[in-house]
Amino acid sequence: MPSPEQWTRPEPGAGPAATAAEPTPEQVIAGLRATTEGGAELTQLLTPEGERIPSAMFDPYVTDVDAEALRGLYRDMVLVRRADREANAMQRQGQLGIWVPLLGQEAAQVGSGRALQARDMAFPSYREHGVAYTRGVDFRELLGIFRCTDHGGWDFQRHGFHPYTIVIGNQVLNAAGYAMGQKFEGKVGDDDNAEATICYFGDGATSQGDVHEGFVWAAVYDAPLVFFCQNNQWAISEPTERQSRLPLYQRARGYGFPGLRVDGNDVLGCLAVTRWALDECRRGNGPVLIEAFTYRMDAHTTTDDPSRYRLSDELEVWKHKDPIERVRVHLARSGGADQTFFDDVDAEADRFAAELRDFCFNMPDPPPERLFENVYSEPSPVLDAQREEYLSYLAGFGAGEH
Amino acid sequence: MAAPVKSTVDTAMSSVQNLTIGKALNLGLRRAMEADSKVIVMGEDVGKLGGVFRITDGLQKDFGEHRVLDTPLAESGIIGTAVGLAVRGFRPVCEIQFEGFIFPGFDQISSQLAKLHYRTQGKVKVPVVIRVPYGGGIGAVEHHSESPESLFAHTPGLRVVSCSNPVDAYWMLQQAITCDDPVLFFEPKRLYHSGALKAAVDTTATPEPLFASRVLRQGGVDAAATLVTYGPSVKVCLDAATAAAEEGKSLEVIDLRTLSPLDLEPVFESVRRTGRLVAVSEASSESSLTSEIAARVQQECFYSLEAPVLRVTGFDTPYPPSKLEEHFLPDLDRVLHAVDRALAW
Repeated sequence: MPSPEQWTRPEPGAGPAATAAEPTPEQVIAGLRATTEGGAELTQLLTPEGERIPSAMFDPYVTDVDAEALRGLYRDMVLVRRADREANAMQRQGQLGIWVPLLGQEAAQVGSGRALQARDMAFPSYREHGVAYTRGVDFRELLGIFRCTDHGGWDFQRHGFHPYTIVIGNQVLNAAGYAMGQKFEGKVGDDDNAEATICYFGDGATSQGDVHEGFVWAAVYDAPLVFFCQNNQWAISEPTERQSRLPLYQRARGYGFPGLRVDGNDVLGCLAVTRWALDECRRGNGPVLIEAFTYRMDAHTTTDDPSRYRLSDELEVWKHKDPIERVRVHLARSGGADQTFFDDVDAEADRFAAELRDFCFNMPDPPPERLFENVYSEPSPVLDAQREEYLSYLAGFGAGEH
Repeated sequence: MAAPVKSTVDTAMSSVQNLTIGKALNLGLRRAMEADSKVIVMGEDVGKLGGVFRITDGLQKDFGEHRVLDTPLAESGIIGTAVGLAVRGFRPVCEIQFEGFIFPGFDQISSQLAKLHYRTQGKVKVPVVIRVPYGGGIGAVEHHSESPESLFAHTPGLRVVSCSNPVDAYWMLQQAITCDDPVLFFEPKRLYHSGALKAAVDTTATPEPLFASRVLRQGGVDAAATLVTYGPSVKVCLDAATAAAEEGKSLEVIDLRTLSPLDLEPVFESVRRTGRLVAVSEASSESSLTSEIAARVQQECFYSLEAPVLRVTGFDTPYPPSKLEEHFLPDLDRVLHAVDRALAW
């Protein structure tokens, strides 16, 4: 099987040298690009320097987050990042067909994912490995998609975590429909069993008709849906300016529901804002749009080469806003954790990655008959015949030869 | 609007270049843009990045952002605005990043692009080309390996073509761009950068007509069977014919090139001599181009057929996880197996 590296690029030496994109004159005037500043309306509870900023509106949503809870969020992010890096490395070693890195988006995913209740539902795109982790989906269960042995196989209902959706924006309408169902079934209200749905998509997806239609549907049906847009600044090679004239969270106003921007690298901020938004939805005040302002620190996928279209300076600036480092600093300064804790988490992350690696290397290939399964809810005579004919053809080669 | 830009790549030194399919497409686009300032390229990541497959590499740098548009991420938007631009007099060449992402644009293709000329009694022309990398064999995740060409061939008003080699890639793309009808241009993505398929492209040659199929391998007087195919399966069939020849079986191979309109006369002529036809495609078989070929061949060559028309195709399932794609995709063995069945009929 050819590696995707081979088919997305010309032969080595055949193409032009990979050179960083030049900024436009407007970008130079603006001081590179304005990706690093979230603007005056950015909600932030924990600064990049690890300083806790009070918020009258959102502090009530994180009163339970003591040092122990914060250590938990830190541990979540470290494990998720370590697993992400391991998967990225395994793709390089040919164990995965492709990997979609989430590096830099740990806080947005862990913070929002930890805001969900078990009865809530999440609709991911294809980069939400951190959300999957918070929903109890084992990282090992994600690997099949990227090793190309399956299209995703976790128990979607048990985890409240829908299958990954690769076609950009499709899942937003699906999430709107699911949330409409929650509303139709009377699961919205003040009681303790109220439900909500969260839907993940990126800055690029906001151009898709499906996303706009999802906004419309959720709005007119008062669906309990949190639109969680991770604005990581880049849709493969296209900066957010190619998708929108105004900050994405401001679009919500046009559809008639609240929209706000949170520092997507602030796990506490993401947790608080998402809890607030989910509560609004559960009480019948949905939908809500959250724009988590973050940065894609790695490539779009392992087949992508960002040096062709963006400046490395940008990455360097964002490294100072690292989602994990600020929690570490805060914990260390506030006495919430000592070095032993950090060392233990690192050791645990190494074990976590080693287990993932061991599992991946030993994943069996699916048998050929799997190809014909589950096309329909009932057996299909046509496919049964195709399967039997093909297996009999394969048998003609002798066992294990083909 | 700025004046047309002269390409900075000087290719006039030699009229013959040894190119991959990917490089031939790039050069074909470049030539079309030089020839007509109304030709514009639009799609996701086609500008600065040069496309995820690098087919539009260098074009934005040389022709400018007003002619190579990094569009917002929405396929319906790409195709719908291309229709409007065409009505205004432009000749847009849209890139859909992978065939599996074309479906948000299917409404615009089916409802507007395919029907405007008919609806307006020919008063409105929509010369839009939609380039679609398609087919499997690249070990990809879902929606990156499909073969949806039959859906478009089934849609009246659209022309649908597919290239299988660098010479056709170079010429057919330019011909599609000068065609006044909308053209779906399917490109065999797994062969884009295949060094083995590199071929000498003579840019001063007279190209074959766009809407014509071509016999790639003659079987001679004792030809045993005919293989008809297109796009990525052409290489599979040529390899099968070579293998069959080593066993003393002579096969004819026909590259359809045009999927709508179909040019089946060369197929009929061949089948009347060989009496046997195997149609090969990565697409699922049900209600597909291979169904259409089988129907028309039995109608036109009924008394010449020594065996039913057999098909080697993807199964009637969604495209599988790519660890299973070697089973799904027609390969040399499955093609030869079908030939043997036809011969033993």
